[in-house]
Amino acid sequence: MAKLRFQRLERSSPASWAMIGLQVLLLALGLAAALYMEEHGHAVSGMSNQIVWGLPHVFAVFLIVAASGALNVASISSVFDRPAYKPYARLSGLLAIALLVGGLAVLVLDLGRPERLLVAMTTYNFKSIFAWNIYLYSGFVLIVGAYLFAMMDRRASQSTRLGKTMGWIAFGWRLVLTTGTGSIFGFLAAREAYDAAIMAPLFIAASFLYGLAFMVLVLAAANRDAGHELLTADIGKSFRFLLSIFALSLLYFTVVHHLTKLYAGGHRGVEIFLLRDGGIYTLLFWLGQIACGTLLPLGLLAAARDPAAVRRALPRASLLFLIGGLAQMYVVIVGGQAYPLKLFPGFEASSSFFDGVVASYHPSLPEWLLGIGGMALALLQVSLALRLMPFLPEARTADRSPVAA
Amino acid sequence: MSTEPQQALPDRRTMLRGLGGAFATLLAPGVTLYAFGANDAQAQASPKVRWALLIDLGKCPAGCDLCVTACREENGWQGNGRAETDAQWIRKVRLRDARTGQDREVPVMCQHCDKPACVDVCPTGASFKRPDGIVLVDKHICIGCRFCMMACPYKARSFVHEPVTDQKPWAPRGKGTVEGCTLCVHRLDAGRPPACVETCAAKGGGAMLFGDLNDPGSEIAKAVARHAPAQIRSDLGLEPAVRYRNL
Amino acid sequence: MRRPRTMAPIVASMVIVAAVSGMSAFAGDGTPVPHPPRGKGERCVADTGFMRKNHMKMLLHHRTEAVHLGVRTPQYDLNGCVSCHAVEGSDGKPVSFASDRHFCKSCHSYAAVSIDCFECHASRPEVQGKTAFVAPADREVAAIDRYLRDIRP
Repeated sequence: MAKLRFQRLERSSPASWAMIGLQVLLLALGLAAALYMEEHGHAVSGMSNQIVWGLPHVFAVFLIVAASGALNVASISSVFDRPAYKPYARLSGLLAIALLVGGLAVLVLDLGRPERLLVAMTTYNFKSIFAWNIYLYSGFVLIVGAYLFAMMDRRASQSTRLGKTMGWIAFGWRLVLTTGTGSIFGFLAAREAYDAAIMAPLFIAASFLYGLAFMVLVLAAANRDAGHELLTADIGKSFRFLLSIFALSLLYFTVVHHLTKLYAGGHRGVEIFLLRDGGIYTLLFWLGQIACGTLLPLGLLAAARDPAAVRRALPRASLLFLIGGLAQMYVVIVGGQAYPLKLFPGFEASSSFFDGVVASYHPSLPEWLLGIGGMALALLQVSLALRLMPFLPEARTADRSPVAA
Repeated sequence: MSTEPQQALPDRRTMLRGLGGAFATLLAPGVTLYAFGANDAQAQASPKVRWALLIDLGKCPAGCDLCVTACREENGWQGNGRAETDAQWIRKVRLRDARTGQDREVPVMCQHCDKPACVDVCPTGASFKRPDGIVLVDKHICIGCRFCMMACPYKARSFVHEPVTDQKPWAPRGKGTVEGCTLCVHRLDAGRPPACVETCAAKGGGAMLFGDLNDPGSEIAKAVARHAPAQIRSDLGLEPAVRYRNL
Repeated sequence: MRRPRTMAPIVASMVIVAAVSGMSAFAGDGTPVPHPPRGKGERCVADTGFMRKNHMKMLLHHRTEAVHLGVRTPQYDLNGCVSCHAVEGSDGKPVSFASDRHFCKSCHSYAAVSIDCFECHASRPEVQGKTAFVAPADREVAAIDRYLRDIRP
């Protein structure tokens, strides 16, 4: 087997500096937005007592879900013994940590009392899925960190067993983690849009797709400074196949989820709302999630036959998958709350507290900035790490490794 | 400097020590109670008691909101004229039966469930049930994540969206934490009924019966046994302590 | 509760810098010290030295017991402190925590310890001068002292 060599990004084009500058700017704006919301209270957000989780949660959950999926490439290379993926395993681990940190930052900064984070980390209610998630998330960072060490340390990386063991642990952990994230919603028996065990596998399928899409985009963006094509013909072919499979499985779970709810008479109301009468949510579902976020990129990937076409189609499709992902999270999180709680089935309810009314929600600028700031934080960590440590494969090995397999 | 700066600073060690103290309190309440000059008898929240409410909608006329105003006065949750973000601890929900065209109004507040979903999901344990069944938010450890509001089927809780000043001394409430009906716990601990119940009896239709469900001789226990009143969303199995007649 | 600060050294150096610059400003008067207004009753829950050192711990314990178990011993209630130590403003009403003359504020801004108690709690009494305060016996204070020492890890 040819020796696999890794490189830091040493060349720096003006474009990449501009990218880093933009990320820093967006991060600063996000922090400012968080401070503003903390100072004035959530009244300056679009969130209310009806829509208690809004746009920041859409971004946060999206990033956290993507984080566990970003680890896939590493898992495939060590758990499923596919050396072709090995050159990308380091980046995969890095991206997993960075996306998780970005998502968590948004989640924490949106808290009503973010300064009490220490309370959240020292006082636990072990019955709460949220409390489990605090362990799952911090454990994920530690485990993936150790996994990266096992891959990157000169001595530790000699042992294939260590790498493989860490790979297995990280793989198991990420499945539990996404199950936990999906169950935040799945366990909510009171809300018709949620209350479904399928939320967990649906989130896992979503994580596979978003994580790999992020991976493709980072590779495409790092191309210029790496000095060679990171998305080689072979890996491009594999990614094309994987993205399609992941998108189809997410579509499958989405269809089953909605069909199940439609079939049960008691839940039909919320389905008709989301799928037909929900205005922005209906639009985001059909146009955002299904058309732009699933069918169009699937078509792009299917149409790309030769390696050059695949290379062009991959980043475009990935970007569309991510846009679709954000739309999906918006429909799940905000749309699920917009439909009113049914306290008295069989009656038409009304009150001064918006009973029986579809809640309105208009995300405010600080919420956008906070959410985008989290995304910028995730990508900034990647941009900097790629320059500080050898995460990316060198040209020769990247081209040759599939042959060596 | 004349004072000891180390003492005055809230460094990590004192923080942790404080938290350790909080744990000690939870682990060995008897010890602390004794040290702080109290005894078990002074702990008003007795596990022998199960506070409950029975609301007779037959005596609850449409348009009457005495219970709501009484609660607002007592606990000081008057808002800022922003309906979507202002708190509501109790509200009257108007119900229309689409087939018969019949109207009725139901006062809805925290249902003080026996198996409260909000307590299950709260990551820090800020949502808790007192030994006597009252479901409360310990605002000292509430981080404002709003998961309890997602989990509550009754829309009973509000998030404080804006800074608050001049609270009632007996009803602390502040920006960034979640709140809801406390069953006027400060009044109960002083041996008085909740404000809504008192006002409804004095000026309204006397629709609210309050008492200890665990005491078989109590009026409420007898009424519940006799009328088998309804609970909102009893299908969820949360066993709310608020019951309704003539729903 | 106190706001968690994990950057103790940084905060400490900021306090020292602030204190040093403050001292130079008051060079003629010597070291500046806060003058928290005296309470109304005969005596506080315990003597001043003990209260200075332990009030935060006592409040912390009382809060947990009051909220979770309904132990309502008025002498350890924050409302007791607020009522007894209320300071009258120019309008004849007690001042709130927003005023530098507020009992808690006068010391806490000096010591640079930010508290968030009054983001939720009322910082002035509802009805002026109405306090049902019973000073605890010395042996009770001694028991608290022992207890606070015991729980120290």
